[in-house]
Amino acid sequence: MAWNRKHLLDIQSLNAEEILTVLDTARAFKAVGERAIKKVPALRGKTVVNLFVEPSTRTRISFELAAQRLTADVINFSAEASSLKKGETLKDTARNLEALNTDIIVIRHSASGAPHFLARFLKVSVINAGDGAHEHPTQALLDAFTIREKKGRIEGLNVTILGDILYSRVARSNIWALTKLGAHVTLCGPPTLVPRVFEQIGCRVTHNVDEAIADADIINLLRIQHERQRQTMFPSLGEYTSLFGLNQKRLARTKPDVLIMHPGPINRGVEIDSDVADGGRSVIIEQVTNGLAVRMAALFLINGGQGPQGVAA
Amino acid sequence: MPLSTVVLDATAMQRALTRIAHEIAERNENSAEVALVGIQRGGVFLARRLAAILPAIWNHPVPVGELDVGMHRDDLDRKTPNMQPTVIPFDITGKTVILVDDVLFSGRTTRAALDALNDFGRPKRIQLAVLVDRGHRELPIKADFVGKNVPTAARERVNVRFAEEGGADEVALEKS
Repeated sequence: MAWNRKHLLDIQSLNAEEILTVLDTARAFKAVGERAIKKVPALRGKTVVNLFVEPSTRTRISFELAAQRLTADVINFSAEASSLKKGETLKDTARNLEALNTDIIVIRHSASGAPHFLARFLKVSVINAGDGAHEHPTQALLDAFTIREKKGRIEGLNVTILGDILYSRVARSNIWALTKLGAHVTLCGPPTLVPRVFEQIGCRVTHNVDEAIADADIINLLRIQHERQRQTMFPSLGEYTSLFGLNQKRLARTKPDVLIMHPGPINRGVEIDSDVADGGRSVIIEQVTNGLAVRMAALFLINGGQGPQGVAA
Repeated sequence: MPLSTVVLDATAMQRALTRIAHEIAERNENSAEVALVGIQRGGVFLARRLAAILPAIWNHPVPVGELDVGMHRDDLDRKTPNMQPTVIPFDITGKTVILVDDVLFSGRTTRAALDALNDFGRPKRIQLAVLVDRGHRELPIKADFVGKNVPTAARERVNVRFAEEGGADEVALEKS
């Protein structure tokens, strides 16, 4: 058995075998979602807290439904309607949630390392649902799951991540997962958002979109994260679209069996044209279905994990 | 170095399966309502093999499903099982489901399997076929069809190997 962790904090500290264990387990949970009765008793009597200090709808709903399908009880905690607004620290909030005899805390926070911080003093399990620009492990796992399901493998594939890499936790987690599983990762976008420093962790970096997508088996598009940019990193959205947006014309110069992925929310007409997003090579909607299965697998594995926490700050 | 004793070789295993198939046919007059469900992973290989033998007796194919009981275990707090997808491509309601497993030990896997089957419908009856019954039951569960009864000590291990996984069919008892 390749999983003995109590927390899921990042992809960086996982090895390939652990990542593949999550993907294998997720296959079993995807089948549960296709049945008439979509619920199993694996987490019966457990309580999962969704501690979403940074707003999120899709990830929160996905974790909420995942926990419910495992028969866990779920509490949704959002920062807007909480004592965090009254000056309570994250540490105190988490300790109070733990004092309610909860079992798993799923945290989304705008500060990198917030889940690792909680894992150091809490007795409950912690799952990172996105921390600042650091990591978003379940997104990378669902992307890897989708690639493996569609292509039958990950090793040796060319994956191009296109867009705002600098501010993207999705990109970081994907880079770790894909390189550990033996894929070749190319990063592309404006130089200000795709610095050469990523070459040091084994990625190819290019600022020419046609070069980036020509031999790609997968193109993973990322949204421009206005909310994380401290200053304007490129002249205009219109210029971004004309230089890097994925449209039919660009798509015509790629491999015929290329997969188009996007973690959502998509900005139609900015990073992706509608006819590409809705086209035959897009697996964007299937990623959402797979995300639920992967999050069920993560909750399930974490619940049984006893071992070293593997905290990587 | 653990001491290993072969309790069933490939020929004996095939003979046991042939006998179980005939016993299944004898017990179930209405062959049309019988379906096999193998418990991952060893039980799946055995269910497929029974499904290859039974048509020669009944003159019609027998549906086969694959069941993983990992999500229904009672020890999930202590360990995380490796899981395979559950695939039951037929309606079990009204059927005689024959659960197939390689080794019957505490009975907890069978208990989990009975729970898991609940989510797929209401079978008319469920019967249990196992290749090896090694004793030490912790629950009131009994097999309907047994390939071989193997008396064991609780600390011993029963290793079942299948040709489907590479190598040769074999059941061995390992003393630690």
